[in-house]
Amino acid sequence: MEMDLSLDRQSREILATIKNFARKHSLWVVAYGTGCGAIEVPPTMTSRYDAERFGIRGAATPRQADVLLITGYLAVKTLKRVIRTYEQMQDPKYVIGFGSCTINGGMYWDSYNTIKLLDMYLPVDVFINGCMPRPEAVISGFIKLQQLIKEGKAEGAKKYKENLEWYRANQKKIIKNWRMPEYNW
Amino acid sequence: MDSTTIKILGFILTPIVAFVVGVLYGGIVRKITARIQNRVGPPVWQNLLDITKLYSKKTAIHHGVMQHLGPVFAITASVTSLFFIPVLKHSPLFTNLSFDGDLIFLLYMMVFGTLGMALGAGETGNPNAAIGVSRGLAMMVGYEIPFVLSLVALMIQFHTTSIHGLMEVQKGFSSWLIFQSPFAFLAGILAFLGMMHYAPFDVPIAPAELASGPVSEFGGKYLALMMTSGSIFTFAKLVLFTDIFLGGAEDLITLLIKTFALYMIPVITGIVNPRYRTEQAVRFFWKWPTVFGIIAILIVVL
Repeated sequence: MEMDLSLDRQSREILATIKNFARKHSLWVVAYGTGCGAIEVPPTMTSRYDAERFGIRGAATPRQADVLLITGYLAVKTLKRVIRTYEQMQDPKYVIGFGSCTINGGMYWDSYNTIKLLDMYLPVDVFINGCMPRPEAVISGFIKLQQLIKEGKAEGAKKYKENLEWYRANQKKIIKNWRMPEYNW
Repeated sequence: MDSTTIKILGFILTPIVAFVVGVLYGGIVRKITARIQNRVGPPVWQNLLDITKLYSKKTAIHHGVMQHLGPVFAITASVTSLFFIPVLKHSPLFTNLSFDGDLIFLLYMMVFGTLGMALGAGETGNPNAAIGVSRGLAMMVGYEIPFVLSLVALMIQFHTTSIHGLMEVQKGFSSWLIFQSPFAFLAGILAFLGMMHYAPFDVPIAPAELASGPVSEFGGKYLALMMTSGSIFTFAKLVLFTDIFLGGAEDLITLLIKTFALYMIPVITGIVNPRYRTEQAVRFFWKWPTVFGIIAILIVVL
């Protein structure tokens, strides 16, 4: 971050390790439950599977969240809201695509108003496939994200900022009535 | 060491102790909540990890000057309140700023953080924050009355307005003020339930309906500052009630045992209760706790 500039390489690495350790063990999730996938989130969080033991916790608003969990298909209308939500989250932020629908459209592969590949519109760090993925699969997806964070490879937000024009073009191709600010951080 | 060095050391040490104890208590509460809900629960140091993560997040939200100052007000109020509460009984290290009128000062200082947060949250323009602020202030009007009544009863009874004075009154176990003036304790502890914002009095935060209320627009470092302030303020309030009603503590171990026992009252109440509506909460505070407070004053005066 800003204050890292004054430090030498070794202390920067130590600082990054501490930060990544904290980030890895404290993932606050804002779950965007558009489709049927939302039904798998409550069992993941409650007493049967208890995701809180890994530090995974629901966040009340996008401002406080680290992970955007997109459960299931995204219609064109909801994609707009998801983009808004994603851009209001604070860095570093991650996206998890949940279910087959975010990968290739799943059972909505020939639908006229759902998107097929989420990665075209938002930078997805981890995909969890399955229709539906069970809570075990969801937790294993989170563990995968934790590994990526530990290795410093979960750079979706950075990719989004660098390729903003490409993402914007894709988004605007789908969303015809784009009445939003160009970027709402 | 001369007294100035001890004073400076005390000013540095007190917030650190308060922060560490407050954060660990927060973690233990999460663990207890999880066990009661038949879960494994996060590790005890989870809150520390959360705060570290939040401090390392970037923060790019701007709604105006007051929005940036809100969390600062909150942490200022917490740390200042803490400095006026003697943490240990006869320790020069933890005396800090306590003086003869500190109870009266605390009555004002303890609402300052809430008011500052209300200003900060008000400027964000988030409707959830506005509803949360109005609920929080309404509930504050509710619990401040029994709290003040309880403290005033003690002030009249023992002719002192300092926490040290009240601690000197309590020589042995049987002379603790919880036994000497039980009605003041009842009023105080019921007001304390409201102050801690656990259910059924989590009206302003209400995660399920208000999206965490006043803090809904604050993320990253602001939230970290507020969590730090919350941990310190929890410790400050616990120490205040321990000092006043449970005879204070000579050493840290006793203090930890007493504050933890006291902390479990709002926590256990919170886990097994649903949430009140705002007017139910205010009505509750203006009914029994206020009656107990008035009885406490009447007993002393008559």
